[in-house]
Amino acid sequence: MTKQPLLDATGVAKRYGAVAALKNASLSLLPGEVHALMGANGAGKSTLVKILTGAISANSGRILLRGEERDIRSPANARRAGLVPVYQEPSLIPDLDILSNLRLTRTPVEPFREWVRELGVPDLDLRETARDVPLAIQRVLDLARALAVEPDVLLLDEMTAALPANLAERVLDVVRRQSKTGRSVIFISHRFVEIAALCDRATVLRDGETVGVVDIAPGVEERIVELMLGAKVDKRRAAQTRSGPEARPEGRTRIAVRSLRVGAKLHDVSFDLRDGEVAGVVALEGQGQDELFAALAGSIKPDGGIIEVDGQAVRFTHPADAIEAGIAYVPGDRTEALAMQQSVRENIALPFSAVFRNWGPINRRREDAAVQSAIERLQIDTRAQREVQRLSGGNQQKVTIARWIAADARTLLCFDPTRGIDVGTKQEIYKLLRQLADQGKSILFYTSELEEIQLVCDRAIVIFGGRVVDVLPVGIADEAALTRAAYGLPRDASADVGILAHHAASDRAVTP
Amino acid sequence: MTLATTTPEAAPLGRRIKRFMSDYPIVPLLVLLILLVLVLQILSPGIVNQRWIANTVKFAIPLALLAGAQTMVMLTGGIDLSVGTVATMAGFIVATQTVDHPAGLAMAIALVPALIIGFTNGIGVGVFRVHPLIMTLGTSLIGVGFLQVYQRTVISAGTKYPDFLVWLGTGITWGFPNALVLFVPVAVLLIFIQRRTGFGRLLYAIGDNERATRLAGVKYWQVILALYMLSSVLAGIMGLLYVGLIKAASLSLAEPLVLPSVAAAVIGGTSIFGGRGGYTGTIVGALILTVLTTLLTILQMPEGARRILFGAIVLLVTAAYLRIIEDR
Repeated sequence: MTKQPLLDATGVAKRYGAVAALKNASLSLLPGEVHALMGANGAGKSTLVKILTGAISANSGRILLRGEERDIRSPANARRAGLVPVYQEPSLIPDLDILSNLRLTRTPVEPFREWVRELGVPDLDLRETARDVPLAIQRVLDLARALAVEPDVLLLDEMTAALPANLAERVLDVVRRQSKTGRSVIFISHRFVEIAALCDRATVLRDGETVGVVDIAPGVEERIVELMLGAKVDKRRAAQTRSGPEARPEGRTRIAVRSLRVGAKLHDVSFDLRDGEVAGVVALEGQGQDELFAALAGSIKPDGGIIEVDGQAVRFTHPADAIEAGIAYVPGDRTEALAMQQSVRENIALPFSAVFRNWGPINRRREDAAVQSAIERLQIDTRAQREVQRLSGGNQQKVTIARWIAADARTLLCFDPTRGIDVGTKQEIYKLLRQLADQGKSILFYTSELEEIQLVCDRAIVIFGGRVVDVLPVGIADEAALTRAAYGLPRDASADVGILAHHAASDRAVTP
Repeated sequence: MTLATTTPEAAPLGRRIKRFMSDYPIVPLLVLLILLVLVLQILSPGIVNQRWIANTVKFAIPLALLAGAQTMVMLTGGIDLSVGTVATMAGFIVATQTVDHPAGLAMAIALVPALIIGFTNGIGVGVFRVHPLIMTLGTSLIGVGFLQVYQRTVISAGTKYPDFLVWLGTGITWGFPNALVLFVPVAVLLIFIQRRTGFGRLLYAIGDNERATRLAGVKYWQVILALYMLSSVLAGIMGLLYVGLIKAASLSLAEPLVLPSVAAAVIGGTSIFGGRGGYTGTIVGALILTVLTTLLTILQMPEGARRILFGAIVLLVTAAYLRIIEDR
């Protein structure tokens, strides 16, 4: 193969302050190929994509287009160079009609119309306001708009994630044909099935570096998982960090979820959460875990299924209802939970004053005792306590948890509570969650860092495509097993079995 | 983590002063107030005496009351533009109703529109999520309309001012304005609510991060409804006091004080975006505005120039003050 690469990026690096988002990424794209870009959460996929499409500029590295260096330091430049992205979020301006949206990007209308028909939407009214177009169709329009300018390199980020099956099929079909005309596609997806059906090669990123380029062939998914995990595979099951499944009496069922359905993302989830356990939830981004937590926390109403608390079916209409039932939600994004300009004390004590009957004079002495003991329990550094925004990220996260310790919530829903905080604080939070469970509290713990599952949890509930695909006991829930499960691959896949053979298996919901 | 910011010994003097100002934002305000009084004394020697102080306080109190309502609302990131109309309605109605009814009953009747407008504002902002600016502007216009209709029905009856309100509004006893009898308890109550009650805590928290309060189990509409009703009732009470002071009920009685009430709160350090500030600052803010008005009056400038200067000084003071107390 002596074909000159269409796009050739080497040594791309991007730093944000002290943090290196990309260290040494490379990507070589041949004319006429569909190329998958893969990597675990935080591996640097989105940073690389943003650099290639001119949304951000790299600190170092070389990007060649058809063998010559091109300026792609802005999205407009990238477009002119023939690089057109379709991002996960719809990019039509909601208050303009479709025609005006096309004019805005100087998209030719006729080709656009044709592509829209091609993609399976026969009756589109260009005068319709973008806001009124269903989300799935908007995604298709985004794609059609990109195709209409005949880009050399089309960049698709989780294109099929929000599409119903029939549209997804058409999209994949069009993408495949695109490559036949000598144009190339960079395809980002969490779904091995799609990648196997569509892609020629895959570039795998890990910790900001390109760790491998593989040809897609039956059985390659094992290799890809290995590349994504790196050395971590070798030490699998070596370090059993938690003291194994000690004989603990099973707690009562605290929360029972049955066939829960929420919005377009969560389709059918059932599991139990017992007193005294930490149940881990593992999922790739956007598999419905946000909706699951929001429904349990009373933030959004489920569309179907049952949530039982202590054996009683409940219908939460407001987070206050969940809190009344002793269920507290700790969001991963601290800015969501904290009143940043208020003091540590005010933030911790906030739930005390939430309900109408507690609006009166505050009993300072009783409150001080509760707040102080929570602060001590979490060892919050209170030197800068006058405003929470002056605290470090780790201490802020502790405040969001301390609030519910002080309020004595029986169940905590922790959504990625260790995101972006220092190692020391992480350890403290692990310890705290274990202690709470040992006291009989129940904790549902979503994490994007898979090694945390074995450090903290009693078992791991794996969600893929809005369904529970596996429940792993902690003993075997190492990163390799979890990664495989999170990508919808069956538990004991041997390397010589192809992805397509498992197509049906991965779609099946495995119930505990 | 920036430990340096928490150990003042290590910081240079300028930084320490800034931190002090940030921790005690009332100090620079008091300094400014005293400066203004000094300038006044220099420009017009001998003007500052006990009588002048009592009079200044007397005229600052209605503004401070209205600004009190405004401060409470602004803590949540809202604004209440209907306070002027509510106060005007209360004042106008009490003046006309006292002709036929005993003073106590007339005052009670006068506060009914305050309750209705406060309730409407609360439902509109809290339940239907109308922006406070639009909601309170709307109810304010409706209130003025009703007042005009009402005026026609009582036009022949004339007006009468309850003796109690006149005593309260204009009287000075042993050098102290009688209005303090009303103002001191109200001020203490407002400050107590802000600092020591669950309701006050929720006002700050909502202004800071409404989503966080929701996750903590706070029902937004309940807080907002209570808040706008409180604001309206305060404005109504202010209207009663003000009509006793001015003794001329008109359809635009308290309207000129609406925007100064916002200005007093902002000068006093309450953030228009919510979450920051308090009533003590607002009180000083109201005093500053009142003294500033006097100062500009004795400068014997044309009205236009005076207004231009007033606006410019308010802008300057607010900007400078925010720079001083902001500690980033």
